[in-house]
Amino acid sequence: MEAILAVLVGIFFAVSAYLLMSKHLIRILLGAVVLSNAVNLLIFTAGRLTVRDVPPFIPLGMLSPEGATSNPLPQALVLTAIVIAFSIFAFLLVLAYRAYQELDTDYTDDMRLAEPEGDDLPPLRY
Amino acid sequence: MDSYVDISEAMVVEPISLVDWLIVVPVAVPLLFGALLLVFRKAPQTQAIGAVIGLSLVFAAEIGLLMRVLAEGPFSLTMGGWLPPFGISLVADALGVTLALTATLVALVCALYGVRDIDASGRRYGFYTFLMLLMAGVGGAFLTGDVFNLYVWFEVFLISAFGLIVLGSEARQLDGAVKYAVLNLIATTLFLIGTGLIYGSFGTLSMADIARKAPEVREVAPLATIAVIYFIAFGMKAAAFPLHFWLPASYHTPRIVVAALFGGILTKIGVYALLRTLMMLFPPERDMISDLIGWVAVATMMFGVIGALAQSDIRRLLGWIVVSGIGVMLAGLALGSQTGLSGTVLYAIHSMLVMTALYILAGVMRGLGSSYNLHEAGGLYRSHPALAAIALILVLAAAGLPPASGLWPKVYLVKASLDEGVWWLALGILASGLLTTLALGRVFALAFWRSRPEGVAALEAPVGQPVAGYALLGILLIPILGIGLYPEPVIQLTDMAAQGLLEPSGFIEAVFPEEAAVPDVPAGEVETEEVAE
Repeated sequence: MEAILAVLVGIFFAVSAYLLMSKHLIRILLGAVVLSNAVNLLIFTAGRLTVRDVPPFIPLGMLSPEGATSNPLPQALVLTAIVIAFSIFAFLLVLAYRAYQELDTDYTDDMRLAEPEGDDLPPLRY
Repeated sequence: MDSYVDISEAMVVEPISLVDWLIVVPVAVPLLFGALLLVFRKAPQTQAIGAVIGLSLVFAAEIGLLMRVLAEGPFSLTMGGWLPPFGISLVADALGVTLALTATLVALVCALYGVRDIDASGRRYGFYTFLMLLMAGVGGAFLTGDVFNLYVWFEVFLISAFGLIVLGSEARQLDGAVKYAVLNLIATTLFLIGTGLIYGSFGTLSMADIARKAPEVREVAPLATIAVIYFIAFGMKAAAFPLHFWLPASYHTPRIVVAALFGGILTKIGVYALLRTLMMLFPPERDMISDLIGWVAVATMMFGVIGALAQSDIRRLLGWIVVSGIGVMLAGLALGSQTGLSGTVLYAIHSMLVMTALYILAGVMRGLGSSYNLHEAGGLYRSHPALAAIALILVLAAAGLPPASGLWPKVYLVKASLDEGVWWLALGILASGLLTTLALGRVFALAFWRSRPEGVAALEAPVGQPVAGYALLGILLIPILGIGLYPEPVIQLTDMAAQGLLEPSGFIEAVFPEEAAVPDVPAGEVETEEVAE
């Protein structure tokens, strides 16, 4: 099971790297979404999947579960990561849309307002 | 049902003394005040007061933490009453507390400068709220003893930084913010990848637990991979070559006080995280890539300062100077020796103070009717000699010349490089210092010494009078000159921080007081599952 998921994580990373290297902002954002999902799957897989069908319940009067159970911690980590990635992606979407409105482009080569091309050198003497 | 359960195996049962709770103040108070300021967002004039009160409380608490660390060594408090490594520990040690204290001072100065630089609408859009939340993230990042928690704090200050950088919504700000946001998101995601792999390898996320388990796990776990991923992720956050391009693309676009805050604090958290992870958790892996770190350091300081030489806008020039300083800090990480690390920590403190002061200086110059553009600036020496004196000290500080704070960290780093026989690193530090002198000396010559260029009228001062700016530069000059003229106490502190990185036993003992009693890993954790396999 880990092997299959590891391959899947690899495919996710490949897709996101391809998208992130695009020059169109909207594709870059899609790349960021795929990237965050790749990481979520990676954490999930790194937490081991061997005993995935035993819920991590502690029987009454015990301090720890009997025998091996599935590991709840990676799920807590993934949940945190999903929330963070989702909120940041929501911000990025609005930012990209506002940038598109103001700059009239989503092509990164044309987004040169902050660093204009052909900027002059500072005065070399006075 | 048997209602009595002995919880002492899993939880802290002794009452926690009030002094111990001090460690949560740098996180809890900014969060609380951030929420309060959001409630009072329609009262712009109370915003600044609230932020200053909140940050002053944090500052006082961090002085208290520093006193205790100096007296007793590192100490920790684990959240939720769970015994470590199950609860998230906050750990105060010399490195974290010193940097947190400096960052809070810088933020306090920025909060005061914001009174003049941020108008009522900027406050209604949440300048002070974002500032407080940013500081909650910064305080958490410096004090946490848990890798995943460090990631969460990175995201907290990152999202606040997004809010600050777009404040005002000018077209060029949005342009800069897009690059800042996308590249920083990728960097934190890389950090999360490394953290996922750490959990997979160690079954724990507590730094102290990782540090003590690393020797056993080293044979089987991909620690070199994790170290390299962390180096890339934090190098990108710190703006190290070749992943530094987001910084000069964005730091000149927001309000000048926001640039001062970012240039002062944010990149240093990347450096701090590099020190914490590579030096404390994975020292043998750092040895493996130390040459790579060294070359990255030299490239960062040289490309940064060459970039600065080519700029005609003061704010853009300062962005490149920030990058160059990151290279100098990485030099100590590349060396990994006591002297080198002490120099790096000292340089981080110096850089926080000086870069913030330089950005505020640029703001004050603009407020006096001078331009950010070096073609149009001039005449300030004649009209404002006191500002010229302050500017000269800051230029000397950034260049690493006496009498200001930049001298000693560079002395330490050059000495450390020569001790290790890495002459090219020493040469890089000295050459970048020389070029920094040229780049900033030119700003001083053009904006202060020469008279205002023909046909350039004084620009309309954007807001208010710059008197407040003078006072704030004065506040920053006290530690800058203090470190320059009497470095002994601060160097003792940074030596202690470096010692704590090289010998993390103090850090580990702070989290696990009885080192012998290693808690058994209960069922449900990774190791037991492997047994079940």
